[in-house]
Amino acid sequence: MPSFVITEKCDGCKGQERTACQYICPHDLMVLDRDRMKAYNQEPEQCWECYNCVKICPQQAIEVRGYADYIPLGGNVIPLRGTDSIMWTIKFRNGVLKRFKFPIRLTPEGSIDPYKGAPEPDYSKIKGPGYFNYEARTQ
Amino acid sequence: MEKETCTFSFCEKPEVVEHETDFLLIGGGMAACGAAFEATAWANPKKIRITMVDKAATDRSGAVAMGLSAINTYMGGNDIKDYVKYVRNDLMGIIREDLVFDLGRHVDNSVHLFEEWGLPIWKKGDDGFSLDGHQARDAGKPLLKDVEDNAEREKLVCRSGRWQIMINGESYKVIVAEAAKKALEANRQATGVEQNHFERVFITRLLLDANKPNTIAGAIGFSVRENKVYIFRAKAMLLVPGGCVNVFRPRSVGEGMGRTWFPVWNSGSGYAMGAQVGAELVQMENRFVPARFKDGYGPVGAWFLFFKAKATDSYGDDYCANQEYIEDAKKKYGKYVDAMGTTIRNHLMMEAMIRGKGPILMNTHTAMQAMGQTFKEKLGEKEGAKKLKHLEAEAWEDFLDMTIGQAGMWAANNIEPDKTPSEIIPSEPYFLGSHAGCAGFWVSGPGDIPGAPAEWSWGYNRMSTVNGLFMAGDTCGASGHKFSSGSHAEGRIAGKAAIAYILDNADFTPTLKENVDDLVAEIYLPREIYEKYKNYSTSPHHISVNPHFIKPDQFQKRLMKIADEYFGGVSTWFKTSKTMIEEGLRRLQLLKEDASRLAASNLHELLRCWENYHRVITAEAHARHVLFREESRYPGYYYRADYDLIDDDNWKCFTVSKYDAEADKWEFRKVPYVQLFD
Repeated sequence: MPSFVITEKCDGCKGQERTACQYICPHDLMVLDRDRMKAYNQEPEQCWECYNCVKICPQQAIEVRGYADYIPLGGNVIPLRGTDSIMWTIKFRNGVLKRFKFPIRLTPEGSIDPYKGAPEPDYSKIKGPGYFNYEARTQ
Repeated sequence: MEKETCTFSFCEKPEVVEHETDFLLIGGGMAACGAAFEATAWANPKKIRITMVDKAATDRSGAVAMGLSAINTYMGGNDIKDYVKYVRNDLMGIIREDLVFDLGRHVDNSVHLFEEWGLPIWKKGDDGFSLDGHQARDAGKPLLKDVEDNAEREKLVCRSGRWQIMINGESYKVIVAEAAKKALEANRQATGVEQNHFERVFITRLLLDANKPNTIAGAIGFSVRENKVYIFRAKAMLLVPGGCVNVFRPRSVGEGMGRTWFPVWNSGSGYAMGAQVGAELVQMENRFVPARFKDGYGPVGAWFLFFKAKATDSYGDDYCANQEYIEDAKKKYGKYVDAMGTTIRNHLMMEAMIRGKGPILMNTHTAMQAMGQTFKEKLGEKEGAKKLKHLEAEAWEDFLDMTIGQAGMWAANNIEPDKTPSEIIPSEPYFLGSHAGCAGFWVSGPGDIPGAPAEWSWGYNRMSTVNGLFMAGDTCGASGHKFSSGSHAEGRIAGKAAIAYILDNADFTPTLKENVDDLVAEIYLPREIYEKYKNYSTSPHHISVNPHFIKPDQFQKRLMKIADEYFGGVSTWFKTSKTMIEEGLRRLQLLKEDASRLAASNLHELLRCWENYHRVITAEAHARHVLFREESRYPGYYYRADYDLIDDDNWKCFTVSKYDAEADKWEFRKVPYVQLFD
């Protein structure tokens, strides 16, 4: 189910050094065509349909069209990712619509303080079980 | 064929950036993020420098990039010994029980941290029904870390199986990455290093020390964004770039080639690069063939375990209860059939398929109808209907959190799971050490587990047979069923041990053997070859019919054809034999030689060239291991048609291999299996 970019909606992230989709794609698939200032998926047969480009696009210019190998036309799945939840709209080939909203996070983005209240490491235990903040279970 | 060299006569010469650090993390997935978090805590007071190199953006890299709907390894109220038994059972009796027990005693802390950092975990409501992460918070349910007792925690979580808990995991990786990036930032502040997190840099090769034998000293790679080559020098290293996908020809060979079950960006880089410096591999004959929803490869775990759905053949028969299949299997695989692990269930499914009783169906509709009936009986018509609606959302979330394309597959086929069953099928083979597989490296154990042979531990937990080179997650072998939480936990175990190693070797100065110019020329050779010959034929770069070179996608298709046809892929129902493997290896050797003619028209293709080279080495390791083990230890994953039996008398052992890259020779040995837990 490779991602594709809707020509009319993509603004090439306004000519920044790289586009949001290019930044996030785990498989280095999204590129910016600098002549047209539009992004595109350069290798759809390597797309895992992870939707990270779809979720991150500030213009909502990216969608997914089911793999030509085996997916009939006409359905789609569209996310709208917020800061603490995500909304999904699923359109069936026969027109049935389903909408879902799921939590994605309990804390504000960027608020993690990983060592808050954490103990100092005890170097006498560095070669034994356990973590700096945790005694390993025994059973 | 004439040997080509890169003299930068045709392609651009990259800038060379040298970066010195103490602990280098190769990869950015769960294991690498766990290591960054744990190692930083031990490293900062000692001013030890940590660096992470990720080929993607760490927020969305690794196997959890899309998200997950469950955490599959959480001990809670369980006994860790039972976890060891479960892993041993599913991996056909041969695991490193010291490693598995060690993982089990640590893993819950990582899960508790995930929740503290912001991951929504489902909780059981007062009425016994499930609450999502937001509902649980609003209902005043405590965080797992704030509950004292494991038995109490067990009552709180929503199990979808004995070891699994349900989560709202769309942002699972983003959250874990944020903590890792904060850890790296803390390490920069403690050490005064300007940069210690490199994204979009792909490591191609590890480098041994010039003076100290069998000791890691560095790694080299390149930027996929600009013309730069990076050389890292480090005292210790954690090699965690994931498992390997797209070695075997997948069932979908057109646009859908990337819709693999495990993420397609797993390129075997860990197995290949570790093997090339002589780190010993173990159980590389193991592969994983997940039975999943056909084509979309959506998860089945929650359907089996949470929704209690039954899989049957098209005549409604439970193939796992078919006495004819079972008796036949027992003749070959003996007592292992009774345990009914994942491999055996695959085997029985294929027994039905080869008799023409497919498609195999996951009966989602009857499961949901049964649950709806129970809800109505328990709660009455109105409340029951409400719960059923919640259940339907949960079923869709299972896909939307981790395999969105499967939801698209249902939508395009007008499949509503409460009305229609869905087809399932065994996929193509994958290599991994974190999920229901155990391919990887032979590593040193924790050393304190009673009964573990002394030779299983050589000083530092999760260190490979190369000094200073540590493994976790998919690269740590003979110890599967870690999944996401376990990979994070194991990265932490390895990260802590690596800091101990660095402290013990404080006066070690890593020194590279190789000439830097030679290394840089090696990396850029595919760029040079492309630029040199690109105008020889009229083909534009995306077509490239040219006798002077092979493009990475062409190279990969050749590999997939060899693996599929000779090493037991889907086209032979996972069957192979000595003679078939030997012919496959002959063809693979020629492909390996042709790797010196790989051509890249840009940096993206250079990435694909190196990824596919790593895939070839991984494929060779696998084929040679399958050849060495003269039995069919993992029926349902692969069969040696010439030894279609499980032979405990001769093969209840680990198979350990060592690759000598210079001589291009593999050596094998058997290491006795030792059972530590009854």
